[in-house]
Amino acid sequence: MFATKSVADDLATAPLKGRSLWADARARFFHNRAAVTGLIVLIAVACFAIMGPFIAPWNNEDIDWNVLGNVQTGGRPSLETGHWFGTDALGRDLFARTVQGTQISLLVGIVGALISVIVGTLYGAVAGYFGGRIDNVMMRVVDVLMSIPYMFVLILLLVVFGRSLFMLFVGIGLVSWLDMARIARGQTLTLKGKAYIEAARATGVRPFTIILRHIIPNLLGVVIVYATLLVPSMIIYESFISFLGLGVQEPLTSWGALINDGAAEMTNGTLWMLTWPLLFFVITLFGFFFVGDGLRDALDPKDR
Amino acid sequence: MSAPLLDIRDLSVTFSITRQGGWPWSAPHRLQAVRGASLTLAPGQTLGLVGESGSGKSTLARAIVGTVPASEGQVLWRGKDIVSMTAEQHRNHGRHVQMVFQDPLDALNPRMTVGQIVAEPLRTHFPNLSKAEIHRKVGAMMERVGLLPALINRYPHEFSGGQCQRIGIARALITDPELVVCDEPVSALDVSVQAQVVNLLQELQREMGLALLFIAHDLSVVRHISHRIAVMYLGRIVEVAEAEELIENPRHPYTKALIASVPIPAPKAERARHRPVLQGELPSPMSPPSGCVFRTRCPIAQPNCADAPPAVQKLDDTHWVACPYHANTDKPVQI
Repeated sequence: MFATKSVADDLATAPLKGRSLWADARARFFHNRAAVTGLIVLIAVACFAIMGPFIAPWNNEDIDWNVLGNVQTGGRPSLETGHWFGTDALGRDLFARTVQGTQISLLVGIVGALISVIVGTLYGAVAGYFGGRIDNVMMRVVDVLMSIPYMFVLILLLVVFGRSLFMLFVGIGLVSWLDMARIARGQTLTLKGKAYIEAARATGVRPFTIILRHIIPNLLGVVIVYATLLVPSMIIYESFISFLGLGVQEPLTSWGALINDGAAEMTNGTLWMLTWPLLFFVITLFGFFFVGDGLRDALDPKDR
Repeated sequence: MSAPLLDIRDLSVTFSITRQGGWPWSAPHRLQAVRGASLTLAPGQTLGLVGESGSGKSTLARAIVGTVPASEGQVLWRGKDIVSMTAEQHRNHGRHVQMVFQDPLDALNPRMTVGQIVAEPLRTHFPNLSKAEIHRKVGAMMERVGLLPALINRYPHEFSGGQCQRIGIARALITDPELVVCDEPVSALDVSVQAQVVNLLQELQREMGLALLFIAHDLSVVRHISHRIAVMYLGRIVEVAEAEELIENPRHPYTKALIASVPIPAPKAERARHRPVLQGELPSPMSPPSGCVFRTRCPIAQPNCADAPPAVQKLDDTHWVACPYHANTDKPVQI
């Protein structure tokens, strides 16, 4: 009797903490072993990119003149020379180069995904929410942009305006949001019929407030999943462009450029130049895919 | 009757439906969901709105709230027409008219806490209120609808259907509205919870002097809560009367059939009584019958019912019926 009363008192006074859908999703995500492993790999790669410059014994631009003549033997990965990953064909430390390549590739992936999340989600949500003629015009614009081969646009941009990191971001930003806009619009159309949107409209909430307060938070699950799967595809685009020799310029480098360099030296018995960047490339992509998968299962438990 | 809070005059709502497989410029189909509806609602009163699915009850309610545009007619709110208001005026007007929905869980944003949901109309209409003040008001309102204020940080999926409906009611009442439109607020709940919610609404109506527009297809619930009842069929209001008068002395053949369809909870009496059952289906609102829309299923239809829509007849001050042959309902006429 006593105990019951005090529990009732507690209930009446102290606000209880609710369990949001996000908290539920987090719990489900951390139960997924593959996803957690992927996340740990990604954190490790990110740490590698951030901490690498401070622990590398060599600078990424300095040429080790002792190695230059005999890269095949002197440039092998070894702990004594300080070239942990070996050197590239010019005698530059591959560890430092890989760190730099990781930074650039991750940056490209994340910037691309970020542009697509911000622009694509807002664009799609606005088109879907207002509907009618506005929706028609906005989505036809997306269709037109989509019909242009993105690789062609990217190559043209880089050739016409010169190869620079900025142009690369612009090019990737131009194409990355199109798919996201379509996905966000489709989801918005289903959300629009929900009674809570109508309740907000009946109360007199402004359309843009409705989009930001009611539609976007409910879109976010799908958007986050798609964004994590978009990061690796952005990295692949960039790698492909760099592999063609159009991407980032020396002395900057990226995974694609490093893999390209390594592949060129493949026949000379210096396989480490290919394997190290390739290893990072592959584990990062796997990491993103596993995390993306885990997020999808965690955020849409019904869609499994 | 005192000056009406809400005076609906000849309200029509038409939807355009894009023709399947047509050209983008070909004229869309017209669907008249509500046609020439006229109603009044006094402050503090409850108007029940009944009719079968597809009769336009919800559309009429949405036209009053303003989430569906009216194509013709007027909705006068204390003499001001809200159909012709600008979007901005309309948003401000939202404070006075609130809505309670059928599916309680669907009406609450799953990503917001109960506190945020209930506070939304306050934040919209009183942006200058301090956080503490909003928190206090939300807590008080939750208590009033029978929820523990301690649950303010919980999310909708942590509540039962009845509790969710209480949250919906709290959200509707937080700005002190004068009219609450309840669109089948109890049909998604089980019977014992229905009674709780209906009683809560009545209680709040007495305390706050609310006017209610109560939509349902359960006549017994509507009879319990309403002062007056309007019956709709295929977008038209066919009969309006005081609640008891309408149930005891229905005049329109459709109202009679509707009342006859309510089972009596006594098997013997139920088996003994005569039940005129309506034949056929509700006609498509895309191509309604000419003249009186009910004539295709009406037991007393006359040949000239097809000629023109029946005029609304005033039986006494409060009883209106849209059927010229309401007097001879008891003697079915064979055509």
